[in-house]
Amino acid sequence: MAVLLDEKSKLIVQGITGHQGQFHTRAMLDYGTKVVAGVTPGKGGEQVHGVPVFDSCFEAVDATGANASILFVPAPFAKDAAIEAIEAGVRLLVMITERIPFHDCLDIMPYARAKGCRVIGPNCPGITSAGRAKAGIMPNHIFRPGDIGVISRSGTLTYEIVNAITNAGFGETTCIGIGGDPIIGTSMPEALDLLAKDKATKRIVVVGEIGGTTEEETAKRAKRIMKPIYAYVAGRTAPPGRRMGHAGAIISKGMGTAESKIKAFEAAGVPVAAYPTEIATLLRAN
Amino acid sequence: MKFYEYKAHEIFRKYGIPVPRGVLASRPEDIVDPPLPCAVKAQVLIGGRGKAGGIKFAKTLGEAREAARQILGMTIGPYTVRQVYAQEMLDIARELYFSITIDRSARAPLLIASATGGMEIESVPETSIFKTPVPPLVGLQPYVLRALVKALALPKETASQVSDIARKAFALFEGEDAELVEINPLAVLKDGRVVAGDAKLIVDDNAEYRHPEYADFPQDRTPLEEEAHDKGITFIQLDGDIGVIANGAGLTMATLDVLNLKGGRGGAFLDLGGTDDPEKVKEAFEILLKAQPSVILLNIFGGITKADTVALGVRRALEEMHVNVPVVARIKGVNEDRAREILKGIGYSADTMEQAAELAVKVRAGGK
Repeated sequence: MAVLLDEKSKLIVQGITGHQGQFHTRAMLDYGTKVVAGVTPGKGGEQVHGVPVFDSCFEAVDATGANASILFVPAPFAKDAAIEAIEAGVRLLVMITERIPFHDCLDIMPYARAKGCRVIGPNCPGITSAGRAKAGIMPNHIFRPGDIGVISRSGTLTYEIVNAITNAGFGETTCIGIGGDPIIGTSMPEALDLLAKDKATKRIVVVGEIGGTTEEETAKRAKRIMKPIYAYVAGRTAPPGRRMGHAGAIISKGMGTAESKIKAFEAAGVPVAAYPTEIATLLRAN
Repeated sequence: MKFYEYKAHEIFRKYGIPVPRGVLASRPEDIVDPPLPCAVKAQVLIGGRGKAGGIKFAKTLGEAREAARQILGMTIGPYTVRQVYAQEMLDIARELYFSITIDRSARAPLLIASATGGMEIESVPETSIFKTPVPPLVGLQPYVLRALVKALALPKETASQVSDIARKAFALFEGEDAELVEINPLAVLKDGRVVAGDAKLIVDDNAEYRHPEYADFPQDRTPLEEEAHDKGITFIQLDGDIGVIANGAGLTMATLDVLNLKGGRGGAFLDLGGTDDPEKVKEAFEILLKAQPSVILLNIFGGITKADTVALGVRRALEEMHVNVPVVARIKGVNEDRAREILKGIGYSADTMEQAAELAVKVRAGGK
């Protein structure tokens, strides 16, 4: 089993004719993903790696029955593309695009929720259900099917950690890159709930970083989850971020730092790795 | 994007929010008809200017010019003061607090207000602070404003002005792609008027393309950071002496952490992002070299990034700048063997990021 995405998911690639879109469509196909359609306005009728291209998500869904979409379109056009996909009826939308103004995401996320569409990202590496399917940009070769679920706010750091898990002889169920932006479709505690409910996932690895309070909220949630959870938090030595006026202090109440997050995880009985690959050591020890 | 105080006031004024009158000057003699009495304030992008002597009070034109003379050219933190703002002194009866920022968990703008503002705001008990998310798809409805003024127990004529300012501030928050709109104090004057005593504005950097008019405003960056920003490179200068270059924010932070764990200190860090274009890598590397690190720790985990073209960029930068800084490289990605070949002779290679960090600390100490 896996969460969110499996070999039956029918995926649209929005922005398929761009450099990134083409490259990652190839990699997703190679991983066994059912990429059924591409969308680039004005390029309907073309093909990319044998995948038919449509002018709109509506046409793509009509012709192929697609139920998920991955978005590679540039930031200024991302909101338009996201709303179009949601309106066309996809149930899962993975937004890879980075640098989208968060005011656009303030519109996209509640709209998606109201329409029953799950959003992952933006500014994220996507989802990989090991051995089944990939809607994202994670390297294929680092995964091996197994029983560990992974949730991460980061991109390359996720690869580093998944690689360490796999090299240690373990394997993954689904790896969810939730994205590093302030406004994201699926939060860390929500992703934790998804993996907690998944029968195939026996243990969960959480990769956080400084800023915001999502790790603290995740730690609180972790107390109610029976599966073993392990964490790594990046940014112990990062320079203090810019201060968001007094408002920042009023909201964060002292949370947001690496120390606060590590303390919260430890208080919830979640072991925290001192460095990324130590996750593998922790998994071995328990 | 941050803004100088005078500029933030100008934007607030554009949205009809009352702010104190003021004049901007880059030379004392530019102050001709200041509102009197006034506070002459250094225009810098960091806090603590009052303590540094960057705010002085004046009752006459002569005093205002003298204050400007003293403040202009002053160094506050890493900045030299180039401009002062002579601002009307307000006759304040009461200080409130108001701000709008984002609530990440609620995925909504968040209004924050308190009946006690000013310097004390961060010690106001949480129960006395009014906080409410605004449903983003429908925007600010009047009921939110009614709840706000009721929570603050404001007298009627103050309430209507506060509510009006809150509404305009929300329009500003949306219209300018703001991350933060903060008014502290929101001043109730002795004559009953309500004025934004101070105006703080931070605009989402990712929305820069929608606000080209702000593109040229100076930000709180060092000259090297500014150069990097102009080239679209994420680069931050730190206190230590080991230059760190990695791809992705999370991995860059993790690399700094591991370096620290091994006894080293990051001196500057550069996030290469997803690029493996040798020219772009070269450009980035040149900026890092200008920060004069003792050692460079390169940590790339690509998967899809081409390791050899990254290595090529590194090599070209070192050759063209004729510098001899040892490079400790850990590169994982496509063609990583070829990358090791390219970097032979200019540095050391490591398999894992822990090994690389350890090696960098050794090389720095001259032990290798």
